[in-house]
Amino acid sequence: MPTRPTITLDGNEAVASVAYQLNEVAVIYPITPSSPMAEWCDEWAANGKPNLWGTVPTVAEMQSEGGAAGAVHGALQTGSLGTTFTASQGLLLFIPNMYKIAGELTPGVMHVAARTLATHALSIFCDHSDVMACRQTGWAMLCSNGVQEVHDLAAVPQLVTLRTRVPVLHFFDGFRTSHEVAKITPLSDDDLRALTDEEAIAAHRNRALTPDRPVLRGTAQNPDVFFQAREACNRFYDAVPGVVREGFDRFAAVTGRHYKLVEYHGDPAAERVVVLMGSAVETAREAVAALTAAGEKVGVLAVRLYRPFPAADFVAALPPTVKAVAVLDRTKEPGAVGEPLYLDVVAALREAFDADTPPLAAMPRVVGGRYGLSSKEFTPATVKAVLVELSKPRPKNHFTVGIVDDVTHTSLPYDPDWETEPAGVVRALFFGLGADGTVGANKNSIKIIGEGTDFFAQGYFVYDSKKSGSTTVSHLRFGPAPIRSQYLIRTADFVACHQFPFLEKMEIVERCRPGGTFLLNAPYGPDEAWDRLPVEVQEQVIAKKLRFFVIDAARVAKATGMGGRINTVMQTCFFAVSGVLPRDEAVAQIKKSIQKTYAKKGEEVVRRNFAAVDDTLANLHGVPVPAATTSKLHKQPDIPENAPEFVKRVTAVMMAGRGDLLPVSAFPVDGTWPLATTKWEKRRIAAEVPVWDPKVCIQCNKCAFVCPHATIRAKVYDPAHLAGAPDGFQSTAFKAADFKGWDYTIQVAPEDCTGCNLCVEVCPAKDKANPRHKAINMTPLADVLGRERANWDFFLNLPDPPRDRLRHAEVKGSQFLLPMFEFSGACGGCGGTPYLKLLSQLFGDRLLIANATGCSSIFGGNLPTTPWAVDAAGRGPAWANSLFEDNAEFGYGFRLSLDQLGEQARALVRELGGRLGDELAGGLLDAGQSTEAGIEAQRARVRALRERLAGDESPAARRLVLLADHLAKKSVWLVGGDGWAYDIGFGGLDHVLSQTRKVNVLVLDTEVYSNTGGQASKSTPLAAAAKFAAAGKAVHKKDLGLIAMSYGHVYVASVAFGAKDAHTAQALAEAESYDGPSLVIAYSHCVAHGYDLRLGADQQRLAVASGVWPLYRYDPRRVARGEPPLVIDVPPGKAGVAEYMRKETRFRMVERQDPGRFWQLAAAAADHAARRVALYDQMSHIVLPKPTPAASPVTVEANGAAKEAGA
Amino acid sequence: MHSLFEEQITREEVAVVRSIEAAQESYPEALSYSPEPAAFELGPDEYLDQVRRIKAAVGVPVVASLNGTTPGGWTRYARLIQDAGADGLELNLYEVAADIYEPGEVVERRALEVVREVRAAVAIPLAAKISPYYSSVASFARRAALAGADALVLFNRFYQPDIDPEALDLRRVVNLSDSSELLLRVRWLALLFGRVPAPLACTGGVHTPVDVVKAVMAGASVVQTASALLRWGPGYLTQLRDGLGRWLDEHGYESARQMRGSMSQARTAAPGVLERANYARILQTWDAT
Repeated sequence: MPTRPTITLDGNEAVASVAYQLNEVAVIYPITPSSPMAEWCDEWAANGKPNLWGTVPTVAEMQSEGGAAGAVHGALQTGSLGTTFTASQGLLLFIPNMYKIAGELTPGVMHVAARTLATHALSIFCDHSDVMACRQTGWAMLCSNGVQEVHDLAAVPQLVTLRTRVPVLHFFDGFRTSHEVAKITPLSDDDLRALTDEEAIAAHRNRALTPDRPVLRGTAQNPDVFFQAREACNRFYDAVPGVVREGFDRFAAVTGRHYKLVEYHGDPAAERVVVLMGSAVETAREAVAALTAAGEKVGVLAVRLYRPFPAADFVAALPPTVKAVAVLDRTKEPGAVGEPLYLDVVAALREAFDADTPPLAAMPRVVGGRYGLSSKEFTPATVKAVLVELSKPRPKNHFTVGIVDDVTHTSLPYDPDWETEPAGVVRALFFGLGADGTVGANKNSIKIIGEGTDFFAQGYFVYDSKKSGSTTVSHLRFGPAPIRSQYLIRTADFVACHQFPFLEKMEIVERCRPGGTFLLNAPYGPDEAWDRLPVEVQEQVIAKKLRFFVIDAARVAKATGMGGRINTVMQTCFFAVSGVLPRDEAVAQIKKSIQKTYAKKGEEVVRRNFAAVDDTLANLHGVPVPAATTSKLHKQPDIPENAPEFVKRVTAVMMAGRGDLLPVSAFPVDGTWPLATTKWEKRRIAAEVPVWDPKVCIQCNKCAFVCPHATIRAKVYDPAHLAGAPDGFQSTAFKAADFKGWDYTIQVAPEDCTGCNLCVEVCPAKDKANPRHKAINMTPLADVLGRERANWDFFLNLPDPPRDRLRHAEVKGSQFLLPMFEFSGACGGCGGTPYLKLLSQLFGDRLLIANATGCSSIFGGNLPTTPWAVDAAGRGPAWANSLFEDNAEFGYGFRLSLDQLGEQARALVRELGGRLGDELAGGLLDAGQSTEAGIEAQRARVRALRERLAGDESPAARRLVLLADHLAKKSVWLVGGDGWAYDIGFGGLDHVLSQTRKVNVLVLDTEVYSNTGGQASKSTPLAAAAKFAAAGKAVHKKDLGLIAMSYGHVYVASVAFGAKDAHTAQALAEAESYDGPSLVIAYSHCVAHGYDLRLGADQQRLAVASGVWPLYRYDPRRVARGEPPLVIDVPPGKAGVAEYMRKETRFRMVERQDPGRFWQLAAAAADHAARRVALYDQMSHIVLPKPTPAASPVTVEANGAAKEAGA
Repeated sequence: MHSLFEEQITREEVAVVRSIEAAQESYPEALSYSPEPAAFELGPDEYLDQVRRIKAAVGVPVVASLNGTTPGGWTRYARLIQDAGADGLELNLYEVAADIYEPGEVVERRALEVVREVRAAVAIPLAAKISPYYSSVASFARRAALAGADALVLFNRFYQPDIDPEALDLRRVVNLSDSSELLLRVRWLALLFGRVPAPLACTGGVHTPVDVVKAVMAGASVVQTASALLRWGPGYLTQLRDGLGRWLDEHGYESARQMRGSMSQARTAAPGVLERANYARILQTWDAT
C-alpha cells in the first residue's frame, strides 16, 4: 500500500472530520468534552465545506440535548443521514429518544466522548457511566481506544447502521481520547466512499416519512400485540455482529488497518487475561507486552462491539489456556452484582459452557473490578496489579484499582514505580499558566514534530480547576512507533517550568529523569538564576545531574511586542534545547507554523512572533550546575497552621496536587463539603495588586462593589480596635454622618487578588495634582506582599459594623456587609461574580442557593476549595447544584419544602402557645421579618423557644424544637447563566415563575454558554459571533424579562452593575422583599466577549447608554399604588449601538469577516434596540386598574380563604 | 479618501488576536471562547475594497491616502493601494515628534525617506501631505518635492486631545475645522507657490466659495474640503462649486486658473506682509487706528 499522508489532531476533530463527511444533518448542543466535535461541524458548515456527496450539511443547535434528540429523531425519520455528539448528562437526556429511534429501526450514528455522570459530585472527566446507562436502549455500541481509532471507527458505524437499521452509539474516552493530540493517518474521501453503501442509503430514504407514500409511526399498542411486535426486531440485532465484522473487513481492505469485534493481545497461551474497553486497552497492551517479555503468561482482551454483545466472538477470542479473567469496568453500579461488562462476560461464558461443546477445557475464574472513574489514572502498574491478583488462588472479586479503599477494602495494592514506557520515546513535561499560551505552543510543537518528522507524537494536557491563574501541565511523547501510553508521564527526559513561582509550590524537577534536561523561565539572568532556586530544587538538579537552561521569557516577549504571551519564546527554547529536531530546521518549522496560524489575522502578529523566535535564541543560556547547593530559599508550606482540621487533612493534600493519594475514608460519604475553603488557598496569581491611598479616597466603596473575587473590602469600625495594628496599616476618619468618630479602611487581600484592574478602573477618585494616581493604584505584588498580608489579617479581625445600621440597598452600605462569596476561581474581571458576592452580602445569613450547572456552579463548587463562606455566627449560604436543566425546579423544591416545614412549625407554635407564652408565641407567628432587626429579633425568639421547650419530651415540643429554625426568614435564590435560563432550563423557569411561591431568580447573563467555551444561546444578541453562530447571530436576543412581565405577578429587573451599581443593589433588595416570584437579569461581561475585562464597567455603561441593555424594574406592587408597574431607571443616552458593538471582539469578528454583513446586522441591532426602548417606554406609562383587595394571584394563593372572600 | 492608518491596522490585528488568545487553553471545558472564521478581513482589506468600489462607482480620479508607521508598512500598503486601482496616492506624513532627544533633522529625514521609498515602489502620482510644524516648512516642502512628491498638500490637522476637567481625563475628540484655519494655509501657499518644484493643494479650513478663492489666489491648484462636507453633507460640494463659479463670473475671471497664485509672495503687491516678522507691525497698525 502506498505511503499515506499523516495529520496531527485531537480525538474530537478526528471524529468530527469523518462524521461531517458522512452526514447531512447534525443536531448539536454543547457539553464537555464533546462540544468541539459539534463546533468543528458548525465551523465547516459555516465555511461552506461540502460533505462526501457535495452538499453542505445542515448543522443546528438546539436548546438542550433533549431537543437535539428529538430533532435527530425527526431528521432520521424523514430520510436524512443524521448524527449528533454528546456526553454525560447530555446523553442521559437523549435516552427517551434513543429507545424510540432504535425501536423504529432507524439508522443513525451518535458519537459520545464518554464522561462521568453527576452523582455525589459533578465531574467533567472520563468514565463509562454515561454510555453504560444506554446499554439497554437498543442501540449498537462500538468503542474506540485512541485517536486513530476514533477516526476509523467513526466511519464504520455509518455502514453498519444503514445495513442493519440498528442505530449505533460510537463512544470513546472523554479527554483521554477526545482531547489527546496525536498523529494519525486520515481517511481519504475515496476511503470513505468505499465504505458507503448507496443501496442502503436509498433504502433509508425510501422508508422516510412522506405524504407521497404515507405511513404512520408511533402508534399506541395494547396488551394484545405490543409484546409480539417488540420481538419482531430480533433478527436485526442478530445480524449486527456479522455486519460489523464485514464492515471491519471492508475497512481493512481499503486502509490496511484491521479491527475486530473483540481483540486479543498477549501471550497466545496466556493463563491470566484482563478484559476491558476504551483507552485503557492501550495501556493494558503496553503492560501486557512488558510482562510477556518477562515470561509471564498474560493477555488483554479488548471489547470493541459492546452491544449487541458478541458472546461467541468473545469466547472465541480468549486463549484456550486461560484460567483466570479479570473484567474491568470504568463505571459503578451500586447495588448490582457486578458492573455491566463483568456481568456480560460472566453470562457469555456461562452460556458457552452450557452449550453442547464447551469452547474451553475448563471454565475460567472470573472476577470484576472498577477502575478509572472520573479519569482516575490507569497505568501499566495498575494493570500489573490486576494480573498479579489473578495469579492468586482466590483473587479478590469486585475490587477497585488505582485508589486506596480503606473502608470496604476493595482496592488492590500496586507499585506506582513500575513503569513500561517504551525505549526510544522522548517524554517532555511543561508546566505553564493558562494565560501564557503554553498549551497552545505545545499543541503546535506536536504538529511540527508529527508532520515534519517520521516520529509519532502524542500530547495530553492537564488543566487545574480554576478559570483564573490556572496552571497547565502538558504531557508530550514522541517516538518511532505508534504511542500506546494512555496515561500521564511520571518522569520525563525534558521538563520545562514556564513560570518561576511554580518552583516554590509544585513538584517539577522531581519529574525529570536523571541526566535529563530542565528548562526554566526565570525573571533573572543566567548568573543569578541558580541562586534564586529553592534549595530543594537545587538538590534535585545536582543529584540528578540535569542539564539546566534558563531564559527570561517575559523580557523577550515584552521586547518583541508579544505582551504576556511567552508561548513562542518557550516553544523555541524547547526545540533549541531538546534536540528533537535540528535547531535550524526547528526554527524554520516554527516560523512556517506561525505564518500558517497568523497570516490570515495580520502581518503584524506574524512579524512579532518571528521577532520573538529570533530573540529567544540569543537569550537562552545553559547554566553550569555547581557541585553544592547555594540557596537558602525553601519551598513554601501548603497551608497555614491555623486551618481547620479537615482542610489540613484533605483540602491541603488536594491543593498540593496529591489528591490521588487520599484514601476513601478521607471523604464525606454523600458529597457534603464544608464552606469557606478558598481562603486557605493562597494562590498569589496577581503580578500587581491595588494599594489604597486614603488621602485621595472619597469612600464610595465602588471598588469593593465591583470586585469579582471579594479581595478588596471596605470596613468602618471604632478606632479603639486599631490597637495592635501592624505598621503600615492604613485608616482614615469615616466621612459620613453615620458612624461618627469611626475609622475607615479599604484593604486588599494580596494573595487572593487576581490583578484584574476592574476596581482601579471604576475608582472615581483622582489625585488633583496628579490624576494618574487614584485612590487605589496597581502596585507590584512583590513590593507589598509582606506588608499587605499582615494588614489583611488584621483587617479581617476588625469587627464588622452592625448590619441593622447599614443601608443595604445602596452601594456604600452594602459593601460594609460581609461578603460570603470570596476568592472564587472565576476568571479575572468576571462580570457575574460581583452579583453573587452582593447576594451573599445582602442575604447571606439566610440564603439558600440552587445553582444551575455552568460557570457559577463550577467556580462555586469545584474542588479543591470553594468560595461560599460563613459569617461569625456560622451562618452562611447553603448552596447546592443539582443539574443544568432542572435548576428552577430544584430551587422551587427548596421553597415548597421550606414553606411546608415553616407551616408545620407555625402550627406547632399555635398548638404549644400555652407552653411558650402568648407574647413569645404571638411574636413568633406575627412579627415582621422585613428588616435585619426583625430577622434578628425572630432568631432571638427561636432561641427563647428552644430554651422554654428544653427538657419537654412531648412529641409536639420535640417536633417544634427540630423545626423552629423555619420560623426565621429564609431567602431562596435560583442562580444560573443564560444557557440555563433562556435555553435548557427555560421550561422549568417559566413554570416556577408562573406560580406564586416566593423564589428569586438571578440570571448571570453572559449572552453565551460561557462555561463550555462560548456557544450561542438564545440570549446571544443579534450580530454577535459565537460558536454555532460564527458568522454573527442572525436573530435577536430573546427578551426573557418581557416574557416574565407578561405574567403580571412576577417582579422583574434588568440590571448592569457597571452601568449603575446603585440600581443593582436596589433591584436585588426589592426582588427579595417581594412576596412572590422575582427575576433579576444581570448583565455579566465575560471573557467570551473578547476584550480586556478591566473595561467591563465601561462596556456595561455603553450597553445601557445605547439602549442594548435597558435598566428597569417591574414591580407588581406598584399597581396597587396606582402607578405603572414598569419603571425605566436609566433612559438610554447618546451612545450608538455600533459604538458599543465595535469595542468587543464578538461583534468585531463579524466585521472582520464580512464588513457588509456587520453593518447590516448593526443597523438591525440598532433598530431592535430602538423598538425595545420605545416599547418599554410606553409600558412605563401604562397605569393598570388597581386590583381589588386579595385579587392578585400572589395574595389569592397565599391566603386560600381569600378565594371566597374575593368572590 | 480618508487615510489608511498603519498604526490602527497593526493595533487592531494585535488586539483581536490577543483578545481571542488571552482566554484560550486555560480551562478544560473551554479551550477557546470564539469561533475561528476561515477568513478574516484585515484592516487594509476593507480600505482596499473601498478603493475598488469607489473606483468602480465614480468617473473622477480616486486619490487614496496613507499614514504608515514603519518603512515596510508605507511601501507595502502603497503598492496594495495602487493595485486596488487608485489613480493617485497621498502620503499623510503625520507624526507628533514628541521625542525630546530626536532633532528635527532626523524627523525630517525619516519623512523624506518615506517619500523616496514609496516613490520608488509605485508608479501612480504621489502627493505629500505635510504639517506646518517643521522648523523650516519651506525647505522641507522643497525637499519633499525633490524626494519624489508630485504634489504637496498643505497642511494636515493633528487630532487634538481635549481635557475633561470634571473627570480629570483626556478625551478623544474630533474637531471639525472652520474658515479661521485657512489663514495658515494661505500664508504658506503664498510663500511656496512657484518656489517649490511641485503643484500645491490646500486642505484645512476650506468652507466657503470665498475660502476656495483665497486658497487658489494664494497658489493652490487644488483645494480639499472634509469638515464642510461632514457638516453639510456631500451635496455641499455642488454649492461650493456653483458659488465659486458665481464669484468668478461676478468678478470677471475667465477661470480659476487665471487667479492661481495671484496673491502669492511672488506676485502680490506686498510680499513682505507674508513673512513672519510682520506680525508685530500688524498689531501696531491696529493700535494706531
